[in-house]
Amino acid sequence: MSSIADYALPNPVNQNRAGNIGRAVDRYEGPLKVTGTAPYAYEVATPSPPAYGVLVGAEIGFGDVTAVDDVAARAAPGVILVWHPLNPPPNQGEKGAKTYVQSQAAADPVFATPKVAYFGQPVALVVADTLENATAAAQLVRISYKEGDAEYEFDALKAEPARGDQESRIGDFEAAFEAAPVKVDELWTTPIQNHCQMEPCATTAWWEDDTVVVHASIQMIKQPQHLLAETLQIDRGKVHLLSRYIGGGFGGKGSVYEDFALAALAARDLQRPVKIALTRQQMFNATVHRPATVQRVRLGATPDGRLTALALEAATHCNRGEPFIERAATFARALYAAPHRLTGHRLHLLDIAVASAMRAPGEAVGMLSLEGAMDELAEKLGLDPIELRIRNEPDKHPETGQAFSVRQLIECMQDGAARFGWDKRNPKPGQTRDGRWMVGVGMATAIRGNFLLPAKASLRAEADGTIRLRQGMTDIGTGSYTILAQIAAETMGVPLEKVIVEIGDSGFAPAPGSGGQFGAASAGSGALAGGMALRAKLAEMAVNDPGSPLYGSAKEAVDFRDGLIAVENRSETIGALVARLAPQGIEAEGASAPAPDARDISSHSYGAHFAEVGVDTVTGEVRLRRMLGAFACGRILNAKTAKSQITGGMIWGVGTALTETNRIDERYGSLMNQDLGNYLAPVHADIANLDAYFLPEVDDKANPLGIKGVGEAGICGAGAALANAIYNAIGVRVRDYPFTPDRVLAAMGAL
Amino acid sequence: MDMPVRGETRARFAITVNGERREVDVDLRTTLLDLLREHLGLFGTKKGCDHGQCGACTVLVGGKRINSCLSLAVMHEGDEVTTIEGVGQVGNLHPLQVAFLDRDAFQCGYCTPGQICSTLGMLEEVRRGEPSQATLDLAAAVIGLSDEEIRERMSGNICRCSAYPQILEAIRDIAGPVA
Amino acid sequence: MRPFTYERAADPAAAAKAAAETPGAKFLAGGTNLLDLMKLEIERPAHLIDVGRLPLAEITETPDGRLTIGAMASNTAVASDRRVRARYPVLARAILAGASAQLRNKATVGGNLMQRTRCPYFYDPSKPCNKREPGAGCSAIGGVNRGHAILGASEACIATNPSDMSVALSALAATVETVTAAGATRRIGVDDLHRLPGDRPDVETVLEPGELVTAVTLPPPPDGPQDYRKVRDRASYAGGLFSLALAGKQIALGAVALKPWRATKAEAALAAGASPAEAADAELAQADGQGRNDFKIVLARRVITAALEEGMAS
Repeated sequence: MSSIADYALPNPVNQNRAGNIGRAVDRYEGPLKVTGTAPYAYEVATPSPPAYGVLVGAEIGFGDVTAVDDVAARAAPGVILVWHPLNPPPNQGEKGAKTYVQSQAAADPVFATPKVAYFGQPVALVVADTLENATAAAQLVRISYKEGDAEYEFDALKAEPARGDQESRIGDFEAAFEAAPVKVDELWTTPIQNHCQMEPCATTAWWEDDTVVVHASIQMIKQPQHLLAETLQIDRGKVHLLSRYIGGGFGGKGSVYEDFALAALAARDLQRPVKIALTRQQMFNATVHRPATVQRVRLGATPDGRLTALALEAATHCNRGEPFIERAATFARALYAAPHRLTGHRLHLLDIAVASAMRAPGEAVGMLSLEGAMDELAEKLGLDPIELRIRNEPDKHPETGQAFSVRQLIECMQDGAARFGWDKRNPKPGQTRDGRWMVGVGMATAIRGNFLLPAKASLRAEADGTIRLRQGMTDIGTGSYTILAQIAAETMGVPLEKVIVEIGDSGFAPAPGSGGQFGAASAGSGALAGGMALRAKLAEMAVNDPGSPLYGSAKEAVDFRDGLIAVENRSETIGALVARLAPQGIEAEGASAPAPDARDISSHSYGAHFAEVGVDTVTGEVRLRRMLGAFACGRILNAKTAKSQITGGMIWGVGTALTETNRIDERYGSLMNQDLGNYLAPVHADIANLDAYFLPEVDDKANPLGIKGVGEAGICGAGAALANAIYNAIGVRVRDYPFTPDRVLAAMGAL
Repeated sequence: MDMPVRGETRARFAITVNGERREVDVDLRTTLLDLLREHLGLFGTKKGCDHGQCGACTVLVGGKRINSCLSLAVMHEGDEVTTIEGVGQVGNLHPLQVAFLDRDAFQCGYCTPGQICSTLGMLEEVRRGEPSQATLDLAAAVIGLSDEEIRERMSGNICRCSAYPQILEAIRDIAGPVA
Repeated sequence: MRPFTYERAADPAAAAKAAAETPGAKFLAGGTNLLDLMKLEIERPAHLIDVGRLPLAEITETPDGRLTIGAMASNTAVASDRRVRARYPVLARAILAGASAQLRNKATVGGNLMQRTRCPYFYDPSKPCNKREPGAGCSAIGGVNRGHAILGASEACIATNPSDMSVALSALAATVETVTAAGATRRIGVDDLHRLPGDRPDVETVLEPGELVTAVTLPPPPDGPQDYRKVRDRASYAGGLFSLALAGKQIALGAVALKPWRATKAEAALAAGASPAEAADAELAQADGQGRNDFKIVLARRVITAALEEGMAS
């Protein structure tokens, strides 16, 4: 589209004549999932019995593999292949090479160097006839190392300005902060967190002649397809990559790991299907994590609660060879008005596991500090925390001057407060007791950037009237299948039952996949475009076919409704038209891309969290008692799946506040929480009454669907609401996440 | 069938899965979970952690829920095992599966078979009057299925998508109001 | 897992004899801890003796008012038993505070007593651990040891015993019954079953090779209230940072040592008229932290004091 103004033009989705958009439709693939018959990557039927691969992780944090004794492993029962840096897989592209034109990813050969860049990095693969044999033989591979000088301990003071996003300054922050009559200046820390997708990363691969068929548990299709083609040194048309059912991603499957290329390489070498899954233990050190942060927030305000100075400076870390910035400060540029501003990131390069994106990278941890600081400022000012935020609501982006698209942040706070019963909160902390629990309530806002990426989709009308949507999109539990079906049905004017959605296949029209809560907007806009292209084709066919009741009509007059292609009261079914003129089916592809002037608009999802916690003053244990989220995220495509996304994100915020942390042993460079018994994701008992709802909204500057992302908005700020509730309960501030009993007792002065 | 013979590393035995008697011949190291998945092709039972720390592998053995990952297949000679495939099928869904669909009690779906099997086991435990950590009165003859009871009893099944509120609703749909 | 062989025991004495005579033999009951460890090759038995089907699952009252719980009774069966719930609620509460329902359905009383530490260094074979490899060193010392022992630790090991059930059994002064390889019956006070680490943290109990736990016997419940309190990061399905079992005037502590910790010093102080806080101090005078787990000493003092105060009030 040539302009964002075009987003608001009438289209089938924003007209929603049949009402498919917004309906609380059951998940498209739900029947398969509740019966256990949706095949995830490790479970797909192979053309012949598979061999089983098991990875071996490095037992040092940094250095070189100097020798590998694989004699015992090779001699072990059932073993058919052992690879490692001293016997690497053959015929791989060189690291970083791009042989094929327009590749979006370079070759990433496995075991190509003896370097160990982090603890747990896969350094060997054992393939055997059974899982039991492969697992046992993997333990027999003896690897010798030379350890190198490494840096494992995150120290914010050693962090350097992060290239790419080091600093943004507006006005004169230091002078304004110095002069401010009311100030907050505190440090917050957040720990390393892990994605803990329930399905460990896994790949199954086999070859059909010169084409490799790869089923992997990954969030994106196109880049991994290109990476694999370059690594295998084959044309990317010979890589058929599928990812149809994915047991959770959360950003952690936006990367691929050694299982991915190794399954394809081993299958090539062995001429039989090979499947490899990471163990749960390997998921912690051998994949990616959200890095720890140290954040300093300084707020300066006038006595009537106007911010004059705002700073959020974040230090974080990543692996030396895999640059990644956890952009914890970026959101703060868009949230509150203040004339003098400083935001930026510093980065400490370490030799520990690879840091990367995890649900709402940036906001998820950055809001934990700023939203706590706002609570502290409100108390100093004697203002209600909501009122303080209202007084600092900007009318345009405070740094870029961009217009906001639709921004209902104040409405979220006010409406949520009314539903939650915020007016019953005693602003004086430490006043409410319930048995052994002190009880408090707190709130925080949510903001998360909204994005639109280019996407294509093909739609096909079959002779039986079925509409088949095909797209290289993924569904990591987000509801992609379902909302694509709704969009296709609405666009083509057919009942939902007539739509077939096929995604997660490199053979289909490319879409950006799942991540950054851009999936529904991007893939959905592509699907709408594909539908419009198919409508145009079908209309053209009908008006030019003497056998059609629409013959001779203007194609612009053709309407699609109730499964019919119609002009006024003349109509026939789509199936009849296709059966008559193109019995093999008729297909069209459409493409969507952000309008050039989209960069003039600042678009975000917004929300407000309200939490009530209990704090056991004997033990320091904190438990959630109830929580409510009010969100404004544009038009909601599916009331059911969107709410699930939001409440899921909120629960991640609860985990962030109360339990989730990984701890590094700086002597070894390894994360020490290596399983789900030590890394504590929330369990059912942690989540008391928790609910969320959406304010009515259409954001017609965001995309042609008028929607905004819901996948990550829910986590943003959620943990801060609990932190502020803890303060309200016991009158002491906690700023080091998570708020485990030891930290709460320390804050209470008990230690 | 043959008892495993001392000195051998494989075993042949019979096990009943979803009402069907199966003769199997497996490596003694094969877990019940891997027997179901890799040998019997019943991939509905999921491997989330393989160490009893997530509950994705929950199945019913003799009607009781267990983690199939922490059990050797050979330990279950003669046992009756129910997996998600035996609970209901597409087109013939169990009411609990319908409730999970209706309430959107899952997202990625990977923990879902375990959640469903676990719920079925849990409801039987409550019916038998077995207490939980959330049971206020251990001496009570009948245990009411409060929300706190459901949450505690389902805490052995981690859902990282965090569909807990929706799972509670789905369970409530088939369990009825608090007794 | 390393390959192993397998047999089903015909009776307890035969199982004990076979275990003593077969190199590398281990008993397999519920399997919930042993298989967990075998998958990581922390346990590498050459032979498994499956005792899970032995007729040792009964819970029976004796004429003198004791309750005998067969070693193969599941954790669920014990916690659900009406007699346990009525007379030994601290035991039911302790069991229900541990693990998940799925694990409790499978895990046995004998296996629960025998379960090994959840120390993350014990579980990470790339790190030195004296339990896995005597003499290798203890990497938990100086490491991530927030959850580690504050009582009875040594320079060789600072791990804790993860069992909740055992803490209640300690407070109830239970007796563990075994059959030895020679076929003899032995009775061991539950407080004497587990060893403190000393310089041999790999030797965890006083059981002899082949000796099989067959039952646990509870004496008549002591007069007074019973209570089990467990402090933890997560509301359920998580190990404890600290736990306390109270049975009348008998007190035991969990998650503080490599064995369930009978708080005899606190009991004696109380008997001598000390206040709850003084009793807690008496027990914790010997406590020692590693830095990261120092809070557990304070936590223990607070929970002991509060529980005793409430117990006295009731």
